[in-house]
Amino acid sequence: MRDDGAVLFTLAFQFAMMSLLAFGGANAVVPEIHRQAVEIQGWMNGRQFADLFAIAQAAPGPNVMIVTLVGFHVAGFTGGLVATFAMCGPTAVLACFLSRTWDRFREKPWRVAVQAGLVPISVGLVAASAIIFTGIAVHNWVAMLITVATAALAYWTRFNPLWLFGAASLMGLAGFV
Amino acid sequence: MSSSAAAQPPNGAPPLAHAPTHAELFLAFLRITISGFGGTLPWTRRMFVEEKKWMTAEEFNDVYALCQFLPGPNIVNLTAVFGSRMRGWTGAVAAWTGFLVFPFFLMIAAGVLYAQYSDVAALQRVLGGLAAAAAGLLIATVIKMAAPLFLKLGPAPLVALATAGAIGLMRWPLVAVLAVLAPVSIMLAWWWGRR
Repeated sequence: MRDDGAVLFTLAFQFAMMSLLAFGGANAVVPEIHRQAVEIQGWMNGRQFADLFAIAQAAPGPNVMIVTLVGFHVAGFTGGLVATFAMCGPTAVLACFLSRTWDRFREKPWRVAVQAGLVPISVGLVAASAIIFTGIAVHNWVAMLITVATAALAYWTRFNPLWLFGAASLMGLAGFV
Repeated sequence: MSSSAAAQPPNGAPPLAHAPTHAELFLAFLRITISGFGGTLPWTRRMFVEEKKWMTAEEFNDVYALCQFLPGPNIVNLTAVFGSRMRGWTGAVAAWTGFLVFPFFLMIAAGVLYAQYSDVAALQRVLGGLAAAAAGLLIATVIKMAAPLFLKLGPAPLVALATAGAIGLMRWPLVAVLAVLAPVSIMLAWWWGRR
């Protein structure tokens, strides 16, 4: 675990940048977090990234908490704190500012175009996350089965995802995955 | 924006309760995250609109729509905007902190345990199962998000596919992809709207 200022600065800068590009929420930047943490900075290997993502998804709370885990993994408590602030701070300030002015432009055609243009981008970004993360997590046919079953249940039923995660972790524990 | 003005309902709407204090905002969001297994949004809505009547359903939807389309963690942005509508900037900080403090310490605890036990075979197997389920959940989310786009005629499905391909398959950097695709998509939406 490294704890020097350079690492903290990199965490702060990268996550602040990412948050401002995260159209579609935290799930939209999973590929970029993976690219930075595994491929560019070498903070962890692919399996560790998959583990942290799974923990963040299964735990209660917003999906964005993956950055806290990544930050902690890289630079301990301070790293977790810096990553969380960088990812959750700047866009919250932006949202508060815009919520005060945005309504004034409600009927303006450029606002409609901006909004309509950004929606498909955010869908594409989350789809990219699904592609990349499925590639990391699914490495045999049982894992594939769990993924397909979870997707189907989450799409067609109103099951609490917690049950799905519970069942999946039991199957994993039993040694099927 | 003064907090009393923010809490005034629009004409004709049922009267709203008094704007919450900073402590109430902090505690409300803390409670939401502690009880919010499986998604915090329904809990937030229930507390703000139905239980405490701090907001009208319409106001909630407006804020939600804005935060859906802004960058960043949507639900975190949402809490900050709620807080700022109730009590200004300090209200935003109270709500934001209340929302993040419990998940933050939960993740720190998880990080400590992971650092300690990540080599235990049983934990590895559990996490393998969890990761497969997390992938499935992500796929379901994508299908739900994409369905409305693909049911309408227009450039949106092409933009979504191009974005997914550039990041998900080509693994190009996010900044570069957005610098090209965001303006293109906005221009296409503009052109499609004016046809």
